[in-house]
Amino acid sequence: MPARRRETMPALLMLAPFLAVFLLFFLVPAIQTFYLSLTESSLTRTSAFVGLANYATLVQDPSFWASLGNTFYFALLTVPPLTILGLLMALLVDRFTRAGPWLQGAYFLPFVLPISVMTLIADWMLQPSSGIVNHLLGMQRAWFADVHWAMPMVAIGTVWWTVGFNMLMFLAGLRNIPRELYEAAALDGASGFALFRHITWPQLKPVAGTALVLQLIASLKVFGQTYIMTTGGPYNTTRVTLHYMYETAFTQSDAGYAAAIATAFVVIVVLLSLLQGWVARRLGGSS
Amino acid sequence: MKVRRTGRGNLGWTLVAALAGIVLAALWLAPLLWALSTSLRPEYETISPVFHWLPREWTLEAYAKVLGAGNVPRWLFNSALVAFLVTVVTMGVSLMAAYAFSQMRFRGRDALFLLAMLAFLLPFESLLVPLFRMMNSLGMINSYAGIVLPQVVSPVVIYVFRQFFDAIPADFREAAILDGASPWRVLWSVYLPMSGNIVWAMAIVTFIAAWNNFLWPFIIVTSSDMMTIPLGLTQTYDAFGVRYAQLMAAALLGALPVALAYLVFQRRVTHGFLAATGLKG
Repeated sequence: MPARRRETMPALLMLAPFLAVFLLFFLVPAIQTFYLSLTESSLTRTSAFVGLANYATLVQDPSFWASLGNTFYFALLTVPPLTILGLLMALLVDRFTRAGPWLQGAYFLPFVLPISVMTLIADWMLQPSSGIVNHLLGMQRAWFADVHWAMPMVAIGTVWWTVGFNMLMFLAGLRNIPRELYEAAALDGASGFALFRHITWPQLKPVAGTALVLQLIASLKVFGQTYIMTTGGPYNTTRVTLHYMYETAFTQSDAGYAAAIATAFVVIVVLLSLLQGWVARRLGGSS
Repeated sequence: MKVRRTGRGNLGWTLVAALAGIVLAALWLAPLLWALSTSLRPEYETISPVFHWLPREWTLEAYAKVLGAGNVPRWLFNSALVAFLVTVVTMGVSLMAAYAFSQMRFRGRDALFLLAMLAFLLPFESLLVPLFRMMNSLGMINSYAGIVLPQVVSPVVIYVFRQFFDAIPADFREAAILDGASPWRVLWSVYLPMSGNIVWAMAIVTFIAAWNNFLWPFIIVTSSDMMTIPLGLTQTYDAFGVRYAQLMAAALLGALPVALAYLVFQRRVTHGFLAATGLKG
């Protein structure tokens, strides 16, 4: 083992590019977000230090709470189907030796598409007059202009687009289950659903916990889908928290307040990340 | 992978599963096939009141229009350049950092690594405002550097590479160092060749993510010339009006490189995504 001193300089040289981009494009902006949230600032200029004034405004801002409500509504509409369908797809892919990779390809392909490809196709399929969905349903509904349907339609588009990732996580979990467990159970006469209930599911629970919380965090970070498909409408029913932050910063040029929204948002996401560890441990411990 | 793992099941279960598998696959491919079918029609057919699953008149006119006029070729070029630069720089920066974190001894290493991993916790979205202000004051709005640089901070990639390097026996490194090789040399000639698969996997995943990135280009690019394809596609109503054959052609062209990368490298992409979520080494 070479002496510590001899490696410090080369090590720092190796790390220099990473440290430079990390400092400039992560650490400094992260600190600045918090600092900005304590100031009154425009998009280009920092003016007065105002302490916690932005946060005082935030807790009484109905638009903020509405956007948070919309965000959680989106999460509610997406997290359960994404988790359940992801599990179902993984079970199907895992069950068929020959056809499995083909099924996996079909389920995962939408996930690698750019968001605007997903939204363009959804928009075309949901066109009021010439859209295929209305044609099949015999309707002329303008889905994205409908206060009841706009968010569910964004959610359906999102499920189609991203479920492949959850499938992949469950698939990895399934492949890690020792085959001997199934062989032993089969000798005991178990089959079909009994195998799933007594072996697959208990072994898969930690993965399910992780998938659920990762999905929740990803869903809370929604912005592109709603922004492109509905621009937050109709009547702001699909304007989510990050959209509100974006508008505050880049349309209203109120960077201080936007930073406060961002900080509040980070606190929520970090709390949920910590929850992930807790949930995963609990599910892992009980299996 | 030769035996079904989730139980042998009886014929009834197998049939139900096969049916469910096929129906779901059809549902998941249908929107893409419908987009393809739309893109191969003349424009008037897309607004025709009579509905047809397949084009009545097959034509590549929409693709010719999209590639011949407007900004789509430029956006495709921008995306290719940006995704390539992000991938190369991320790999270089992360491999060096991971080697230092994994194989070199220096004061403060663990603390520095923990600090880097902090980036896992804070969502990129929360950095947008100060990042934009910084880019603005550096005059990097609408520049390739401005689009690329914030995307190369990737603690996930560093984490995965470090895990991988940790597993390589130290004998290899020590032998090379005894032969007088510098750390760069050891990384390049010893560790890199042994890490081929994981490097490829992470590179493809990084490329796909960079090609698809919407949020950051959306913030930093305002001129149509500098847009990447995911961003440009959201502007296409302005470019084409409501011309659905052309919109679908543009969408499919924008999806083609990543779709191909995925279909050709399915195993590596799978491996890369799983490594990135920490489920598999």
